Amino acid sequence: MKTSVFAAVSAIAVTGAMTAVAEPQAEVLHWWTSGGEAKSVAVLQQEFADNGGTWTDMPVAGGGGDAAMTALRARVLSGNAPTAVQLKGPAIQEWYEEGVLADISSVAEAEGWADVLPASIAGHMMCEGTWCAAPVNVHRVDWIWANADVLEANGIAMPTTWDEFNAAADKLAAAGVTPLAHGGQAWQDATVFEAVALGILGADGFRKAFVELDMDTLKSDEMVAVFDQMRKMRGYVDDNFSGRDWNLATAMVMNGEAAFQIMGDWAKGEFLAAGKAPGEDFLCASVPGDGFLYNVDSFAMFNVDGDDKKAGQDLLAKLIVGQNFQKVFNLNKGSIPARVDVALDDFDSCARLSAKDMNESSDNGSLLPSYAHGMALRGAQSGAITDVVTAHFNSDMSSADAVNMLVDAVANSM
Amino acid sequence: MTEWLERHIPKMVLAPSFIATLVFVYGFIAWTAWVSLTRSRLLPKYEVEGLIQYERLFASPRFDTAMMNLFIFGTLFILISMVLGLLIAILLDQKIRTEGVLRTIYLYPMALSMIVTGTAWKWIMNPGLGIEKMVRDWGFESFSFDWVIDPDMAIYAIVIAGVWQASGFVMALFLAGLRSVDGEIIKAAQVDGIPSWRIYSAIIIPSMAPIFLSAFIVLAHLAIKSFDLVIALTGGGPGYATDLPATYMYAMAFSRGDIGQAASSAMVMMAVVFAIVVPYLYSELRVKHD
Repeated sequence: MKTSVFAAVSAIAVTGAMTAVAEPQAEVLHWWTSGGEAKSVAVLQQEFADNGGTWTDMPVAGGGGDAAMTALRARVLSGNAPTAVQLKGPAIQEWYEEGVLADISSVAEAEGWADVLPASIAGHMMCEGTWCAAPVNVHRVDWIWANADVLEANGIAMPTTWDEFNAAADKLAAAGVTPLAHGGQAWQDATVFEAVALGILGADGFRKAFVELDMDTLKSDEMVAVFDQMRKMRGYVDDNFSGRDWNLATAMVMNGEAAFQIMGDWAKGEFLAAGKAPGEDFLCASVPGDGFLYNVDSFAMFNVDGDDKKAGQDLLAKLIVGQNFQKVFNLNKGSIPARVDVALDDFDSCARLSAKDMNESSDNGSLLPSYAHGMALRGAQSGAITDVVTAHFNSDMSSADAVNMLVDAVANSM
Repeated sequence: MTEWLERHIPKMVLAPSFIATLVFVYGFIAWTAWVSLTRSRLLPKYEVEGLIQYERLFASPRFDTAMMNLFIFGTLFILISMVLGLLIAILLDQKIRTEGVLRTIYLYPMALSMIVTGTAWKWIMNPGLGIEKMVRDWGFESFSFDWVIDPDMAIYAIVIAGVWQASGFVMALFLAGLRSVDGEIIKAAQVDGIPSWRIYSAIIIPSMAPIFLSAFIVLAHLAIKSFDLVIALTGGGPGYATDLPATYMYAMAFSRGDIGQAASSAMVMMAVVFAIVVPYLYSELRVKHD
């Protein structure tokens, strides 16, 4: 009892702005339910409790967040929104437009978020000039993973251009190794597609095409070239790829059946869990081309009644972006901290490379949101693009037809 | 008082379920119809905007594929299940030994959920694990059976799994039908020396017309609401080659935050169901009046 009173008092002292003696309350809706993720969220839960808060967990598993979104919709429609919800990308602004998000600018300004977050990531956390969400981590999407032994045995270096990649893949195929481990699920097709697009269109072209939906870029010759490269990629996967889960594709790279995989840095967790060492057993590099595609998880704060819940919201926001949580959480999750001033000594070499690239690309304007993971566009538009990408990848459609279909689909999704 | 009660108790007892049906079936159909006329995205909105969602729906190549797939799947699934079910029923009807065991074996697939059927067939038809690999390992190197990963053939792979699941049930229906035909007529025909294929085609099968209708209705609604089989077997892939209207609707409503599209595709699905059910109801009700 004594400790909890002490903790509550200290929490009030820490959050400062609270006038009423309200014990911070937070009901948190999230879909981090699998092993490593659950461990990561437990870190936040513990820290919240240590600061005197009462955490009500509301995990909703299933469908990559679809089930959680359905639960959220029901809660919002019934006028009883959770305190904080795991949301990301333009979905935050979409919910803001429904008029249900809270303003946490006071915390953000007191903590100086604007100084420690890369500008383009901070942009996702703001709704018409006010802060409405807190970033948790940065996943890099445009990674290419490779089996070090396979590359060495075939005398291949990590490719730095798509031509080099194609040459390496042809060589590997001739040697009887599957060049690209891939799972034929729409989001995985889209992940490869955006990695190829970033390399061929460049950072500016990528932004025009998949952030601004500029029609001229979408139907440009470069876009035809992107689909041409996708057709080549289709030739580099094995016959059996349909419907395969991403972690099985990662396992193919791990045991040397395949040489490369293009996947976000959650694939690293699979390698590490199997006891493989980065730089020795497996290699990580950004895909050919300049730029950094990010997938940032964040918590959006919803409008709630009552000082205790508001206090909980402020405390939660403060802790999420705090140095300690950003470090511990991301060590567990395999991603990198969203704030740039966290010491990276405990992180592995891939994560350090990721952080270095994030800072550099933030400075030269090539830090870009991932379209395939719902960071760049709203669901209807990104879904329409993915439909075309996966239809092209899984058939013998010509690149020109695919581009026409892409333009129609994007126009139809508005 | 007792007279009043006698008159009103049936109404009072039926009222709760009547109201529940009115609200939860017809009320929600009306709500979906309304939402399908709006520009609803993440949350439902109620300003009617006209037929914009239907225009988008029919301009979408993915929905085209879904409707075409429903047509192919529905036709083949119903047809093959019925033919196969009837055939097995006739063969079982030959007063053979161990009929009980065989009947149970054929009926068992129906006891599995579609998810199990889909997953099992996904593995059986997977070129790297299932039939193709097995036959190739026997030495037939050129053998190929890769329908699940071929966008043009994947929907037929789903037909195979669906037929496997449903034909045993159809067999049971038909077997009951065959047994219900009056034995005297059959014996009379046999005495007249009529060959047994003729007995089946001219006497028994025509007298089973109501069973055909029941089987058709059961299979048709299984086909239209098919969702879990596709999700488990192909996940709608390769690409979206095996999408059905139900999976399209789910994707729009729950993954893409496009409730307007989901509502309009649901209305189109309902129209398809009505096209089948209304003639059936009409014929049923007319029979009663006779």
